[in-house]
Amino acid sequence: MTTKPLKLRELAKGEDRFAYGHRMCAGCGAPIVVKQVLMATDYPIIASNATGCLEVSSCIQEYTAWKIPWIHSAFENAAATISGVEAMYRSLVKQGKIDDKQVKFIAFGGDGGTYDIGFQSLSGAMERGHDMMYICYDNGAYMNTGIQRSSATPFGANTTTCPAGDVIPGKLQQRKDLTRIMAAHDIPYVAQASPGNWMDLMKKVQKAFEIKGPKFMNIIAPCNRGWRSRTDDAITLAKLAVNTCYWPLYEIENGVTKITVKPKEKKPLTEFLKPQGRFKHMFAPKNKWMLEQAQGYVDAQWERLQKEAAAGEAEKTPEE
Amino acid sequence: MSKKYWETLPQGSVVLEAGNSAKFKTGSWRSMRPKWIEENCIQCMFCWMYCPDMSVKVNAEGKREDFNFDYCKGCGICALECPGKKGNKAIVMEEEGK
Ligand SMILES: Cc1ncc(C[n+]2csc(CCOP(=O)(O)OP(=O)(O)O)c2C)c(N)n1
Ligand code: SF4
Ligand code: SF4
Ligand code: SF4
Ligand SMILES: [Mg+2]
Repeated sequence: MTTKPLKLRELAKGEDRFAYGHRMCAGCGAPIVVKQVLMATDYPIIASNATGCLEVSSCIQEYTAWKIPWIHSAFENAAATISGVEAMYRSLVKQGKIDDKQVKFIAFGGDGGTYDIGFQSLSGAMERGHDMMYICYDNGAYMNTGIQRSSATPFGANTTTCPAGDVIPGKLQQRKDLTRIMAAHDIPYVAQASPGNWMDLMKKVQKAFEIKGPKFMNIIAPCNRGWRSRTDDAITLAKLAVNTCYWPLYEIENGVTKITVKPKEKKPLTEFLKPQGRFKHMFAPKNKWMLEQAQGYVDAQWERLQKEAAAGEAEKTPEE
Repeated sequence: MSKKYWETLPQGSVVLEAGNSAKFKTGSWRSMRPKWIEENCIQCMFCWMYCPDMSVKVNAEGKREDFNFDYCKGCGICALECPGKKGNKAIVMEEEGK
């Protein structure tokens, strides 16, 4: 199949594979992520979805927003579910019972369902080498059950299970870097994306679907309820996450790291933190150390990523 | 919606009609309403790309039309991201029902 051109006006003529009438909050980032992923390709797609905001709000008894075959998984096994479907599909094709329609398989999961609860099933499916893509929409907490901290929650954030107050000033740990952990599985394709950079996101989806084997994409998905921000700022924050290097856009293809979008000017992290009420306490004078620590972590991660990307460049040059 | 009982539901609670969420009109959630000012619109389609509720209508020629108020939740993303023409927004948010 030819990769479809990513021109907005052409894309806009197409039919959405994720329908209106879903019950995600006004201004939620997750449906924007899903529509961009599904729009990137014309391949038939079968998806599984771990419990979380996206799953419960897109399919409420008798009604579904999905226009693709879609399976509701439990919280911990979206990757196992779709890996089973993929294995069955391959088997039926091999037995000549069905034609190969080049179906693509996706598991969607929130950060709680991916970084924490479903991690074993994700890791297992990747190791078994299934021809599937796992997409994590990362909103940085267990939002559906009322903003509990996950291992994706950034340092300092105020959540209901790490409440900022007299005892602790929000989450004390840095977030787990799942994208790197997935890269350590030595799978053919791992990427990080943002719905604010739709073209980059869709290019990555297109690229991933042309690669056989397990793929993983981590996509930031602003949540105004949990981030304590405005209903209109999902895209603004998704872009600020990238431009502050809190959420760098990069890919690791067969072990080679490439930064796909470099911010023109690296903005201070506070520009991403300030509009979000979950970080409000960090701006109190006594918590200045928190802002410094958060910035220091982002700087160190960005520094390391740039080194890895430079090594990737060096590796490529001789053969070109 | 007529009341249904478990005996009448498909086995496994399978939903047989793709995209039938459209029967649930989320437009009633709206407290703010986007207004499209056509003369300021440069047809960039950002509003269409970023709307979480697929509520920016586009015609067969790929041209933007008015909003789909049956589903628009009034989040305001389209208005914030709209570049408009020469700094004049092609989308502004107004209080619903005014
Ligand atoms: C084993 C199990 N534990 C707890 C729950 C309750 N639960 C449902 S959704 C959810 C939070 C999901 O968080 P995340 O995966 O980050 O998705 P989000 O809601 O943030 O989009 C929890 C704790 C569950 N369904 N199953
Ligand atoms: S709580 Fe957050 S992630 Fe969940 S639907 Fe609302 S905005 Fe989206
Ligand atoms: S206000 Fe929000 S839901 Fe309504 S059209 Fe604009 S982006 Fe879509
Ligand atoms: S974002 Fe604004 S200028 Fe662009 S198509 Fe929408 S209304 Fe027109
Ligand atoms: Mg979450």
